[in-house]
Amino acid sequence: MPIIKQKDYKTWKKFDRKRDLLNWLCWFLGTLIFSLCFGLISSNTIWFYVFDSHNEALDLLGRMIPPETNYFYTLIKPIWDTLNIATIGTTIGTLIAIPLAFLSANNTTPSKKFIRPLALFCIVSSRSINSVIWALLLVAVVGPGVLAGIIAIGLRSIGFCGKLLYEAIEEIDENQIEAIEATGANKAQIMTFGIVPQILPAFTSISIYRWDINIREATVVGLVGAGGIGIELDAQIGDLAWAKVSVILLVIVVAVVFSEWITAKIRKAII
Amino acid sequence: MKDKKVIWERKPLIKNKLLRIGLILLISTYLLSVFLTTEIDWQRILEGIPRGKNFIFAFFPPDFITRSDEILAGIFESLWMTIVATIVGIIISIPVSLGAAKNIAPKFVYFFSRGIITLSRSFQEVILAIFFVKLMGFGPFAGMVTLSFSTIGFFAKLLSEDIEEISKSQAEAIKSTGSNWFQWINYGVQPQVMPRFIGLLLYRLDINFRESAVIGIVGGGGIGSTLNTAFDRYEFEIAAAVLIVIISIVMIVEYTSSHLRKLIK
Repeated sequence: MPIIKQKDYKTWKKFDRKRDLLNWLCWFLGTLIFSLCFGLISSNTIWFYVFDSHNEALDLLGRMIPPETNYFYTLIKPIWDTLNIATIGTTIGTLIAIPLAFLSANNTTPSKKFIRPLALFCIVSSRSINSVIWALLLVAVVGPGVLAGIIAIGLRSIGFCGKLLYEAIEEIDENQIEAIEATGANKAQIMTFGIVPQILPAFTSISIYRWDINIREATVVGLVGAGGIGIELDAQIGDLAWAKVSVILLVIVVAVVFSEWITAKIRKAII
Repeated sequence: MKDKKVIWERKPLIKNKLLRIGLILLISTYLLSVFLTTEIDWQRILEGIPRGKNFIFAFFPPDFITRSDEILAGIFESLWMTIVATIVGIIISIPVSLGAAKNIAPKFVYFFSRGIITLSRSFQEVILAIFFVKLMGFGPFAGMVTLSFSTIGFFAKLLSEDIEEISKSQAEAIKSTGSNWFQWINYGVQPQVMPRFIGLLLYRLDINFRESAVIGIVGGGGIGSTLNTAFDRYEFEIAAAVLIVIISIVMIVEYTSSHLRKLIK
């Protein structure tokens, strides 16, 4: 904390001169990068449409309100499908993520040189391909429908759960494992009595968290034909039936808030 | 005297027996009802397997060369979009996260900010992108607005949770020096949440880049548009190349961001 002395008084400053300069440089570079990037974006934008967007928005709102409430009853099955896609997909994803996480954690992997990078690659590629792209691929393979959505969500969840889980495995307390080892336990027993109880809380919170995310993801896999409420959304937007679209959006908001409420409840019950 | 063998048993996960059985029953009825209500067309799947095989083989070998210009342009557009959207989103989400922290904001501001967060978190990026593309026309600007909007929900929620957990005594110490509200936030709150802030920033940068790959599918510009065009033209070798490029960039971003996060800690 430098205190700057001037002729007859002292001032406190948060940073010294060097740090001030560094901060200033960071801000300068940040602003420069930002304006450069924004310039590139704006050169690819038709500004007429952007400046006209408030009219467009008002027009759209006018068409969306009032929502066509009767339409809600036809949405019950799609939203049920969406919930199922999320739930079953999460279950499949976490089940596959468990062995992958054990293979890729530094302290449990059977071979650091060969298997670990392979498992990590699986985790990363599952994470980097969005569930919509997974769904796009899967619809071509298993056909449009709920199953494609379930598999897409499952595949996408593997990476997320696998990554968080292997980080949790790497952070376990080695002493407990040694204690189990000292009783003469074999590898499988060390696993079930030494490692699993330690990562169980992390595992449950990760899978609940992913389920919450998956409810959201499951609403869009339908846009490419993989089942759930997204199919309805796609169809109604295609028909320009905006009064129905607003009902769908409302249902999605309710479903998401509901899932958030449930996850908060479960997390409280566990912790 | 008879020896009674003492056997240790693991405690069940849920202590209450009734609850345990109830949960098992509930889950099995749920699974059964899912199974009964989901129509799975096994015929179509059997047909689809050879088709899927062809489809997957069509991806090999990935073709980076034929449309390398388009791939490069798409990647760079995605990068610009990601950077701008992250910065804009974060600038907006700072006041929102202050408003959504219970220990800082008054009640009505709190509920208003929470409302914004819920609204932004409810909709997946793709749904938002559909609407923003409709409002603002095709191109990277709509994609950028989408990403910024969804950044707000994510960032403000996690940051406000961190703000709620700050140490009160530090904040009070600043207040007792007679600081005004902005000084209080700047010297009392901001330094405490800064590590988390940078961590979240890097994390969101990573997410935004990945999301920029899909919002292109609905017209939001970026590498997603390149991918979508490749699919539409049935040029699967190029689609494979685009996917590989996305995966490798995400890998690079992930490694650097985890490295950076360690450096900051």
